[in-house]
Amino acid sequence: MRALTWHGKHDVRVETVPDPEIVNPRDAIIEVTATAICGSDLHLYDGVIPGMIAGDVLGHEFMGRVVDAGPSSTLKPGERVVVPFTIACGHCFFCEKQQFSACDNSNPVAKQDISETLYGHAMSGLFGYSHLTGGYAGGQAEYVRVPFSDVGPIVIPDGLSDEQVLFLSDILPTGWMAADNADIEQGDTVAVWGCGPVGLFAVQSARIMGARVIAIDHYPRRLELARGLGAEVIDFEQTSVLDALMEMTGGIGPDAVIDAVGMESHGFAVDNLLDAAKQRIGIGADRGHALREAIMACRKGGRISMPGVYGGFLDKFPLGALMEKGLQLRTGQTHVQHYTADLLRRIGEGEIDTTFLISHRLPLEQAPEGYANFKDNQNEWTKVVLHPGQ
Amino acid sequence: MEIGSRTIHRRPQPGAILGPGLVLAFAAGIVLLSTSALDRRREYQRARLAAYPDSAPPRTRRAPPSGRKALTGHTVTINRPRHELFAFWRDFSNLPTFMSNVEKVIEAEPGRSIWTIAGPVGFSVDLDTEIVEERQDELIAWRTLPGSDVEAEGRITFRDAPDGRGTVVSAEVAYRPPGGEVGRWIAKLFQREPGIQGRRELKRFKMLMETGEIATSANRKNS
Repeated sequence: MRALTWHGKHDVRVETVPDPEIVNPRDAIIEVTATAICGSDLHLYDGVIPGMIAGDVLGHEFMGRVVDAGPSSTLKPGERVVVPFTIACGHCFFCEKQQFSACDNSNPVAKQDISETLYGHAMSGLFGYSHLTGGYAGGQAEYVRVPFSDVGPIVIPDGLSDEQVLFLSDILPTGWMAADNADIEQGDTVAVWGCGPVGLFAVQSARIMGARVIAIDHYPRRLELARGLGAEVIDFEQTSVLDALMEMTGGIGPDAVIDAVGMESHGFAVDNLLDAAKQRIGIGADRGHALREAIMACRKGGRISMPGVYGGFLDKFPLGALMEKGLQLRTGQTHVQHYTADLLRRIGEGEIDTTFLISHRLPLEQAPEGYANFKDNQNEWTKVVLHPGQ
Repeated sequence: MEIGSRTIHRRPQPGAILGPGLVLAFAAGIVLLSTSALDRRREYQRARLAAYPDSAPPRTRRAPPSGRKALTGHTVTINRPRHELFAFWRDFSNLPTFMSNVEKVIEAEPGRSIWTIAGPVGFSVDLDTEIVEERQDELIAWRTLPGSDVEAEGRITFRDAPDGRGTVVSAEVAYRPPGGEVGRWIAKLFQREPGIQGRRELKRFKMLMETGEIATSANRKNS
């Protein structure tokens, strides 16, 4: 089959690799009809996530048609499914608590050692996201082997198109969980850093949950999309974010803040330049300007929700502000399986539309071009959907 | 001549010889000092253990237990009932399904079994073992018989996790590593060291019991 493979920093290629097959009883094989490039794929593309091996197949947002199912799978050939990017067994302590991204059993045993050293514990397996999370081949390919296919994939009714539901695989539940983690109360103002796909879905979700939303970015087109979802916007290149947020919230600060940026913050603040230099020479510092600013902005006793991806250590973390102001911080890889059924219903009822995000559609063969543009032309390239087999 | 003058210029200064010598002596001194400091530290830790024993299992102690056997072990919580886990484990022919380094287990007679275990670099070792204690749904303890390739003893315990969270399974093995401490490090290098193996095997046991299969990222059966 054809698949997008990783070979190093800014080096991804479409290559022919062996077709997957059923290995374990609960597996299914999916023929991919639509797959997307995720903002977190750019962290792999930029080489800032450890545990990658040349030839790894990327992609963790995908959907398709079931072509083969193992004896313990509940899927049937021909069914259309969206596959959560978090692989979860459904039976361990964490899965039973609906904390699917903490699944004990989906990350292969030999792969757990590195994460246990780095993080203290191994997290669940993820598709196409380094060997720290299992080394599973991803979905930017013609076919994918989906383990525990009786737990993750959600069957899509005929009336809904691929593009309407594809983002159930990651970014829509991730944006929704970001808003959920912000514990929104009546009358709250929520500030969202980053109007990439997850940030925009966090804006949309927080609006549905009843919050007033202020979105922060520097790409005019992305800010326009946020405004279209009902947010007020701040362009950090023309406005001092901390001052503006205080003035726009009656001198109180936002009740909850959402960092939808993660470890590769943009901008020319002093702390960010230092972080960027360290990241460049590979001494493992995450680049956390947005998170620091969010913590400084958050009102006393407020909540920080952090869907943005971090991989290592962050310098100059304003722990004092966190403690002294009594903030709560909630984060984590998304428990996708916990949210998919409810979000599919909301899409079906027309409450949520996600197709506004898609700016470009490409055949799988042009995926490397998609990566380069998604990274370098973030204003226009808001979301790339790939169609294998075209 | 120029070359000659260079030679003269490059004549080693006394300090150039003295320097590395001093560094070496200094390093040797540090090693000696730190060894004796380490010994003193361990003595202190053992004395402290004798006076104020804490609740942690012996294998997590900073000072290795006196005696020549290496002690290793691991604990997992498995979201299944105790009797089910015990029954699966007690049927030793099941063990190779999740113990990747156990090639086979033959029950020679009731309570006595021979384990063939893969060691580093292609060697395998036979453990001739007898069960020394068995409590239904709770514990199996075993030790090797004289003539076994490796001298070892071990126990696996099963107890209820709090509040219906399944079963806490602990395995502990004390063994005399073939080749002594050096052999242990070689085994570690090849990831055949019992500490690493034991941890991975318990996790595979958990996977098999909780999910019915052992997770793999292999995309094909024979890859």
